[in-house]
Amino acid sequence: MADESLHMNTKVVTKPFLLLAALAVVAVVLIIYRFMAGLGAVTNLSDGYPWGLWITFDDLVGTAMGCGGFAMAILVYVLNRWEYHPVVRSAILTSVFGYTLASLALFIDIGRYWNGYKIFLPWQVNFSSVLVQVALCVAAYVVVLWIELLPTILEGYPHKVKAVETRRRLTRWLPAIAAVGIMLPTLHQSSLGTLMVIAGYKLSPLWQTSFLPLFFLLSAVAMGFAATVFESILSSVAFKRPFETSMLSKLARVMAWVVAVYLVLRCADLLFRDAPVFTSGFLSVMLILENLFYLVPVLIVVSPSLTSDLRFLFLASCSLLLAGSLYRFNGFLIGFDPGAGWRYFPAVPEILITLGLVAIELMAYLYFVKRFSVLPKAGHA
Amino acid sequence: MGLSRRDFFKLSASGSLVLASSASPVPAAALEPVPRLPEGMGILYDATVCIGCKACMAVCKEYNYLPPDHHDPSNVWDDPEDLSSKTYNIVKLYTNGAGQVKDQEANGYSYIRRLCMHCVDPSCTSACPVDALHKNPHTGAVLYDKDACLGCRYCQIACPYNVPKFEWDKPFPQIRKCQLCSHLIPQGGYAACCEFCPTGASIYGNVQDLLKEAKRRLSLTTGQMADYPLRRIDSSDKTQRKVTLYNNHIYGAREGGGTQVLMLANVPFNKLGLPLLPAESTADRTETLYHALYKGMIFPYVLFGAVFYLIYKNTSNQDLP
Repeated sequence: MADESLHMNTKVVTKPFLLLAALAVVAVVLIIYRFMAGLGAVTNLSDGYPWGLWITFDDLVGTAMGCGGFAMAILVYVLNRWEYHPVVRSAILTSVFGYTLASLALFIDIGRYWNGYKIFLPWQVNFSSVLVQVALCVAAYVVVLWIELLPTILEGYPHKVKAVETRRRLTRWLPAIAAVGIMLPTLHQSSLGTLMVIAGYKLSPLWQTSFLPLFFLLSAVAMGFAATVFESILSSVAFKRPFETSMLSKLARVMAWVVAVYLVLRCADLLFRDAPVFTSGFLSVMLILENLFYLVPVLIVVSPSLTSDLRFLFLASCSLLLAGSLYRFNGFLIGFDPGAGWRYFPAVPEILITLGLVAIELMAYLYFVKRFSVLPKAGHA
Repeated sequence: MGLSRRDFFKLSASGSLVLASSASPVPAAALEPVPRLPEGMGILYDATVCIGCKACMAVCKEYNYLPPDHHDPSNVWDDPEDLSSKTYNIVKLYTNGAGQVKDQEANGYSYIRRLCMHCVDPSCTSACPVDALHKNPHTGAVLYDKDACLGCRYCQIACPYNVPKFEWDKPFPQIRKCQLCSHLIPQGGYAACCEFCPTGASIYGNVQDLLKEAKRRLSLTTGQMADYPLRRIDSSDKTQRKVTLYNNHIYGAREGGGTQVLMLANVPFNKLGLPLLPAESTADRTETLYHALYKGMIFPYVLFGAVFYLIYKNTSNQDLP
């Protein structure tokens, strides 16, 4: 594995890095204020919309975009497609930060955070709550992801005997670790969808269905592939490295298949339930928009010439990431109507905190790819 | 004796942090709708008897130590706009057109009380990850334990009546809601809103008895004089009043799996701001789905086993780790 990855031996602190740091500082100040003055002081959350931008973007979208490690692990380890192995590392790295930041955002979001540990006490926990499964699986998966990242970190210390020894031992456990690393996201990404079933009529019938778990799972896997393609292209541009075009176009084809299955099931469910697809006004527009974004990567992949064009691969991955994000926003916020009189749009400090968390994620990513061997070596693809 | 739905989850999942040690050979219990508790206590609110005096609102604040909820800029009146973390109970007014005739849908008006409905199968307790919201096993009142609560607010997403309220303006917030004055029971008290209702519009008692009383009222002949108990269903104190028109619907008899707060009115309930709910609770729907996926934890184990086998096979054929 060591000989297919390398680190970018460049300066960590650059101008964009400082800009990100500034955003992070603003967020930290606002987070301190949130803990002093309460959630109402920094958010537009209300009793009608108790979950807002943080849950929807930082947690739902953040973890779905962090499904790169999960999606690539299925492809490489389960489906035995080792030609994709070179991008597994960078996919796992993005997942690590996506999930770690999501956990941090969740901690900021819960009102009685000092009771947070109670979710880990079996005698305290209500096992019929879907949220319990989500919380425990996400927490466990964050740990698993860091373990999966550990070989990369340990490789950064080739002269320390202990690091080399630990790495060797971890390698032996790989099948078990990878299997847990596939099982946990399967469970919690689907359960994230199940969360909304209990909201009943408050969620528009365009999104409310018993198939929410399946749709959330499939779209998370697809978003994982999209995030991997997206990240690979962007890092090639940023670090002026050759593109892995042939691998990415194959990956895009796999991704499009997942999306195609998703779209068929999604349309079948809407038809079968006789959902008001075209008669829900603004919500109909959002539904159609969401599914058009899903359709773009499928249409691109149909044409072989477009699939080998990097610009279209990038477009396909962006469109899918947008589709999956919009699906999550629609299913948790836009299609959610608690009754007359309630409205929600995130407050400025709420948005700044989210931006700050994203900035921290990017800074950590930049630090890691420059310091450790994460990105695939040129010509390996 | 079948296992109840909740017991199944407790058994199949107890003692495990994630999934590791949670293999349970417990046979799948069918997900029957949750039955009403025989000793369940509740409230019957009759909008046709209500005179809108809001005495229930005043005593609710007094007995639950709740502060006034100001919306008028002068800060003189306790004038809540809706249920809030400072208001567990509110009397609302429906008006239409000229708004002159009481309990009439067109050109009339009607009062309607809103409070926690104390569902038979509450969505909030099913959603709550740590049993901070839980149902008293005898009275069925939905109670809150702040020492368990994480403040995740999933109960607010889940409740079809938007009852649980959160203290957004506090650094150490709680969920607030009506707990059927359960704190008064040890001293022989009961729901203050019923104890101080001057007309018998709200009465407290065993839910089975309240259901019978609601059915009796619907069977009365309009215009005749009839007895209406005051304060409690088992009270000998009754008032005589002329029966007015009823909409033939007991709200809470079936809605969302049934509730322990029951309501009668002449104006249709959806006009009074109450949601039209199917008889199946969303808690039941969620747990049926969840149960189907995680029956005996078979699915997670099979998934793990299959994935592990494939990865083991695939990695052992590779030089790469």
